[in-house]
Amino acid sequence: MIAQVAAEGQRRKRVVQRIAFALLTLSTVSAFLALGAILYSMISNGASALSWQFLASFPRKMMTEGGIYPALVGSFYLTAGAVLLSLPLAVASAIWLSEYSRGGLWVRVIRVGVNSLAGVPSIVFGLLGLAFFVKVLGLGVSLLAGALTLALLILPILIRAAEEALGAVPMSFREGALALGATKWHAVRTVVLPSAIPGILTGVILGVSRAIGETAPIMFTAAAFYMSRLPETLSDKVMALPYHIFVMATESPNYYKTRSLQFGAALVLLGMVMLVNLGAVTWRARVRRRKQW
Amino acid sequence: MRKWAGALGDHGTAGPPLDLRPIRKAGFRGLVTILKERWDRPVFLALASVSLVALGLILFFIFREAVPVLREIGLGGLFGTRWNPTGDPASYGALPMIAGSALVTVAALVFAIPLGFAAAAFIAEVAPRWMKDVAKSVLELLAGVPSVLYGFFGLMIVAPAFQRAFGLSTGRTALTASVILGIMALPTIASLAEDALTAVPNSYREASMALGASRWQTIRRVTFPAAFSGLIGAAILGMGRAIGETMAVLMVAGNAPQITASLLKPVRTLTGAIALEMGETAMGSTHYHALFALGVILLLIALVTNGLAEWFRGRLARKHGR
Repeated sequence: MIAQVAAEGQRRKRVVQRIAFALLTLSTVSAFLALGAILYSMISNGASALSWQFLASFPRKMMTEGGIYPALVGSFYLTAGAVLLSLPLAVASAIWLSEYSRGGLWVRVIRVGVNSLAGVPSIVFGLLGLAFFVKVLGLGVSLLAGALTLALLILPILIRAAEEALGAVPMSFREGALALGATKWHAVRTVVLPSAIPGILTGVILGVSRAIGETAPIMFTAAAFYMSRLPETLSDKVMALPYHIFVMATESPNYYKTRSLQFGAALVLLGMVMLVNLGAVTWRARVRRRKQW
Repeated sequence: MRKWAGALGDHGTAGPPLDLRPIRKAGFRGLVTILKERWDRPVFLALASVSLVALGLILFFIFREAVPVLREIGLGGLFGTRWNPTGDPASYGALPMIAGSALVTVAALVFAIPLGFAAAAFIAEVAPRWMKDVAKSVLELLAGVPSVLYGFFGLMIVAPAFQRAFGLSTGRTALTASVILGIMALPTIASLAEDALTAVPNSYREASMALGASRWQTIRRVTFPAAFSGLIGAAILGMGRAIGETMAVLMVAGNAPQITASLLKPVRTLTGAIALEMGETAMGSTHYHALFALGVILLLIALVTNGLAEWFRGRLARKHGR
């Protein structure tokens, strides 16, 4: 009798567990479905617009025909500028946090600063760019102002990645360098930093994928609705792919005519971001596999 | 890493007294030696402070540009119920946008939090190794999709579907925004919650299983409660992301500045108002400053949620001694 009740309890426990696990699995599948739905809609609607022409020509006839060339170039400039401006500062910050700091209040303050910066909404970066870079520094709505704004936005991402990369370098490397008589800076420059470069590169890739798709920070600081030529100086406005997608989707004069163009542009951006992200994932896996110190 | 900081005779947190002997011995040449050999620490400290400088710039300039509107309409005017900057008389009450942001965020979290926690539990506790890696990669890819593409997807696919399904005049509603926001918050919540669950020591699970609990009972009664503060941190951070999200919401929320509890009506959010109107207003006008005031509200919410989330997450780490 007791054995029967116990067996009944065991069975119920198993059934409940099976149901619960099925629900957990289903929830995870929902994330797959969301990603799948986005990918599918972009590809099925946008693939027909893709061609070499589309990538390499200017928009024509009030942006109802033609391609996305200037937006691609503009996004490239903005992203490259942001990474170039942000990377040295991020690596220096990480070097101090990982190699020089001795704990204590200032480290905590800087960490809170980095974390808070990472949590600031992207539109607020846009406001800062407008108030400070565009207005106070007098850069105007320009490539430089946009790149500076994006540089601040990706700074915390780069700092975290660089710090992690530096932290993964074994202590014995440093001790070896010091034992050979190197000063601390010499050891960092010639031994620690070179060993951390692959890890820092992961951060760069993540920063690129973030900067390339951001729209809100460049809306008031750099982006142009339409340009008939490529930007030539740092003080030129630029077209950017994410902003182009936004403008086309919300203000296009002829929805039916431009629908496939819009999906095409969205597909290009999605493809670029996915490729960059996949690159980061595989690169990181490779670094971790190879560097078994 | 602390060990390294102690190398080269740097002892303790106060740091070594600066060795001035070279100066006494060799005068100016000695000073040069000190500068040459010891420039690195202060220089890197200065460069490391750049994030603080950036944060300071943000706080200073957003506040500075918001102050004139407070002088003009006062705090009471800013928290009025009517937003009509182009009307005559113009009114700059931010409550419709605060309500709009709150509505879409809450509705988004209502499904993003349970789904996110469940996905986290699946990845951390149930899935076999290979599936774990796949699921994590999918979450990472989902988190990497730019917000303008979520907005585009919402505008082109979800909004028309909702319009037909609910028989609305427009598919751009609070509901559409909530669904898109929820999808966007999901990877953040799931991956942070997964971190929290993984931080729970295995001995907890083993003890529970040894007492005869099933794996599900262990998750529900042991792992989840033990990871509680980390899970709260994940949910709060997801909330912060949702409130600060701009492009996607701007494209699908419909942007009508009205106070409503109905998900089937269009609403305007704080972020949406800034993005939508900043381009159309003259620099230095009352409207311009009012938009910066919205930015202040947004920034304060973001900093508070971020700080709270970090605190909860830190509490979990301290509890389990990591």
